[in-house]
Amino acid sequence: MCVECGCGLPGRTRIDGKPADQVPSPLVEDGGSHEHDHAHPHRHDHEHPHSHSHDHDLAGPHAHDHSRGHGAASGSREIAVHESVFAANDRMAERNRGFFKALGLLTLNVVSSPGSGKTALLQKTIERLRPATRVGVIVGDLETDNDARRLRTTGAPVVQISTGTLCHLDAEMIARAVGQLDAKALDVLIIENVGNLVCPAEFDLGEDLRVALLSVTEGEDKPLKYPPMFRHAHVVVITKTDLAPHVEFDREAALANIRRVSPDARIFEVSAKTGEGMADWCSYLASCREPGARA
Amino acid sequence: MHEVGIMQSVLEIALSQARSSGAVCIREIRMRVGRMTGVVPEALDHAFLVLRGETLAAEARLVVEFVPGAFWCMTCAAEFESDDLIGGCPTCKEPSFDMRRGRELDVVSLEVD
Repeated sequence: MCVECGCGLPGRTRIDGKPADQVPSPLVEDGGSHEHDHAHPHRHDHEHPHSHSHDHDLAGPHAHDHSRGHGAASGSREIAVHESVFAANDRMAERNRGFFKALGLLTLNVVSSPGSGKTALLQKTIERLRPATRVGVIVGDLETDNDARRLRTTGAPVVQISTGTLCHLDAEMIARAVGQLDAKALDVLIIENVGNLVCPAEFDLGEDLRVALLSVTEGEDKPLKYPPMFRHAHVVVITKTDLAPHVEFDREAALANIRRVSPDARIFEVSAKTGEGMADWCSYLASCREPGARA
Repeated sequence: MHEVGIMQSVLEIALSQARSSGAVCIREIRMRVGRMTGVVPEALDHAFLVLRGETLAAEARLVVEFVPGAFWCMTCAAEFESDDLIGGCPTCKEPSFDMRRGRELDVVSLEVD
């Protein structure tokens, strides 16, 4: 269930039509959704000899029993937990990130409100990148595989996650979905998140770049109304710029609002329909794949 | 609406920890919740009462420490507290994007039998 809006019942998510917990993944050990029932026998304050990054504040559940001298079965004792509600997702996301990094895969998490043009932008982006760049797609929606079918017309492999009632993708869904792609044969993995400007902001999927879309028809103040989503974005793409004159889009106000919420984000302005701005956006993605481009 | 999902995750964490340490009953669950999460205290309490049901936490108290939002102002080289994500430093009025506290949603500890 989503900790943001409380939506969703567990066990309803499907990947290409199959129940998600029955989809094998190189990143998830067991068949089903696993509970972290065990207490880790070691503390997590030791130096790890390997170099992948993970946040130790969010490290695994490790119980410390402070019963000290209390009777074996009587009297209360305190158990230190120090676990974030997001810890399970964050652990899985770091595992995904390590997996993607090991394969040299550039991974994008594309987020926006419904109808702001994610699928159209991705379709045109993939057409421009292929075949020189090998692109795979994971697309999330509550129902239907319409977006997957649109994206498959590009020739790229596409996995559809149908979340049922869930309003966002989480790291375990990505871990399972990526098992359905030949990840070794890809250069770029694009994750099209569920159209929603609230909940996906809180769920790290293990991506390199979070890309938030703002269509000109949505209004210039969207970044101020939904700051967490834009604040966490590395890139903001203003879409449907061909419609800007028709909706009296105030470009300067939109840019100022984006910079106010997310001063470091790269901003692109594109029209998937006319192709305006697409070359810049695609060459930026190519530059992100160059060695040393990403920390 | 948010709080039900949060509380479900909190109870999963608490029950799993309690079981693995052989507890028969959870007396108290202590949480730390940042003000910037938008969590409503009353809604969190209500979700807790509904969800603790017939679990090890059926009789438990929920104790929540709220953490105010805190940002680092680069200009003033000082921390300031604010619960406004796009509000600025009270001294120099510059916006800050370096949030230091306020997004916590942690289970801190349990008291168990």
